Amino acid sequence: MDLFEYQARDLFAKHGVPVLDGDVIETAADAAAIAERFGGRAVVKAQVKVGGRGKAGGVKLASDPQDAVAKAEAILGMDIKGHTVHKVMLAQTADIKEEYYVSFLLDRTNRTFLAMASVEGGVEIEVVAEENPDALAKIPVDANEGVTPEKAAEIVAAAKFPAEIADQVADVLQKLWVVFVKEDALLVEVNPLIKSGDGKIIALDGKVSLDENAEFRQPEHEALEDKAAANPLEAAAKAKGLNYVKLDGQVGIIGNGAGLVMSTLDVVAYAGENHGGVKPANFLDIGGGASAEVMANGLEIILGDTDVKSVFVNVFGGITACDAVANGIVQALALLESKGEAVTKPLVVRLDGNNAELGRQILTDANHPLVQQVDTMDGAADRAAELANK
Amino acid sequence: MAIFLTKDSKVIVQGMTGSEGMKHTRRMLASGTQIVGGVNPRKAGTTVDVDGTEVPVFGTVVEAMEKTGADVTVIFVPPAFTKSAVVEAIDAEIGLAVVITEGVPVHDTAAFWAHAGAKGNKTRIIGPNCPGLISPGQSNAGIIPANITGPGKIGLVSKSGTLTYQLMYELRDLGFSSAVGIGGDPVIGTTHIDALKAFQEDPETELIVMIGEIGGDAEERAAAYIAEHVTKPVVGYVAGFTAPEGKTMGHAGAIVSGSSGTAQAKKEALEAAGVKVGKTPSETARLARELIAAAK
Repeated sequence: MDLFEYQARDLFAKHGVPVLDGDVIETAADAAAIAERFGGRAVVKAQVKVGGRGKAGGVKLASDPQDAVAKAEAILGMDIKGHTVHKVMLAQTADIKEEYYVSFLLDRTNRTFLAMASVEGGVEIEVVAEENPDALAKIPVDANEGVTPEKAAEIVAAAKFPAEIADQVADVLQKLWVVFVKEDALLVEVNPLIKSGDGKIIALDGKVSLDENAEFRQPEHEALEDKAAANPLEAAAKAKGLNYVKLDGQVGIIGNGAGLVMSTLDVVAYAGENHGGVKPANFLDIGGGASAEVMANGLEIILGDTDVKSVFVNVFGGITACDAVANGIVQALALLESKGEAVTKPLVVRLDGNNAELGRQILTDANHPLVQQVDTMDGAADRAAELANK
Repeated sequence: MAIFLTKDSKVIVQGMTGSEGMKHTRRMLASGTQIVGGVNPRKAGTTVDVDGTEVPVFGTVVEAMEKTGADVTVIFVPPAFTKSAVVEAIDAEIGLAVVITEGVPVHDTAAFWAHAGAKGNKTRIIGPNCPGLISPGQSNAGIIPANITGPGKIGLVSKSGTLTYQLMYELRDLGFSSAVGIGGDPVIGTTHIDALKAFQEDPETELIVMIGEIGGDAEERAAAYIAEHVTKPVVGYVAGFTAPEGKTMGHAGAIVSGSSGTAQAKKEALEAAGVKVGKTPSETARLARELIAAAK
């Protein structure tokens, strides 16, 4: 889960990383009192989870409280690369002398954590990495040893931070490491980390991404979710405990196992090339269990998607028995119909593996007018695509 | 032969007495695996009746190894306790630890992986978030159904459980030496490369099926390894061509970040290394059949 800048700032402050005072608002009029608190001047920053907001006009300097309201008004509602600005952060102005870059992240390739640091901050770090790779220091950090004073000094030296700020930067690095570990982050990035006119090191802008697998021990993280921005179908699926991602096609997909469902999306997209270019409408992994209730929940979400024209249920019974899945489909349809929901979209079902023949027989016997069976995954995908193109 | 797991493997289960652990201990035993014990400090000294087989429960992995000669552990404990279970297995220097648990925080996996390295990598770790591995007709350590297919000459390595089952099913008449589910998390123990190396060295394996998915660069690195070191035919499949950027597709590691981790890039890297890559699982199985027929 990626956080907004103001949320990253709050986490930094919580763990002692030096930041400037800031406050987030959704109504422009609220800007005046905050600017007043800062002594009149303030930086007004769009809160969007996408880079390049400065160039897009999403960061403006306000000279007085009235101007802060005007600038907030101009930025709120702005569209930045497809992201609508619903919140702005007002921050104290900074006297920037130098701009640096520091981050901690997961290095998947080397299966370790990585510190990255550069004295050329304030620009996109990908650009630095490409044009001047020597200016970006990359130091592995052992997960169990962490960022000790020695490790922090090593990072500072590798990035060639000036001697007069070396201790301050090392201290900030150790505090950022605490943010990274204590918050179960996958990324903690500060860009820019600045040196102010009076020689202080401050985290001016930050990016944090959190590990959703750690939610069980991070009860405070749920409040950081941007529920307003979530697709309503995704939000409804999440509330039902379903692993669902909305896509922009017409064939609803239900399958078991993340790999098989990803594969199903691809196979439907290929089949769609022969049927008017129809595409998968979603990712939905119902996992191992596939009880009638889970199947009903999944079908309810997918049938509630107005883009969906047909549904492809693709199950390989590994642990799951296909007869249980077939019963789940039959009961799910009955359940939805009994709730008064109009089930009008055709379902193409492919069952293979454990007890597949039993499962197919159950569907044949149920003889539901909307359910069709195709024995192979490729054949079923073709049929579902054809039905979606009618 | 087979890789990592044979008929002589003596298997213990950490978390055996939980519901998932018990269900799969029963299945592993039924498929002929030598299950020699379970580990649960609160139930040490007792035995559990698993469909007529009395399985002893030990307090620690070390004790289980001393008393039974166990060399494999399968770990079913919940995410909050997975790190300590794996660390215990590493400290006991057991040869193979198969971590089935899904939903382990990356900081925990990174920590036990670093710990394994600090201890000299004496324990091979498979997973987490994986179905385990099976050497059909010999042994089964994890949750892969044993009834899909029997022994044969195909070796399979995959990030995905259900795609493993699908390909085993499509090629069920040919059979498998071993099938290894390495898991879909961003940090995993055994990689595609580790399995490719073992299959290349395994005299019984004649063809390798490699299944990848979006996220990271494991497939690209495997492609480079194949070009350099693998002389046996390799057939590949990559899932996730239609996955949008920045969305996690079920597996915690399955995410396209910017332009990296795409299925297209992985497919191209594999093809450049001489690997035949199928467009669908069924086409992948067809390609495997053609290569086996051509080798005869």
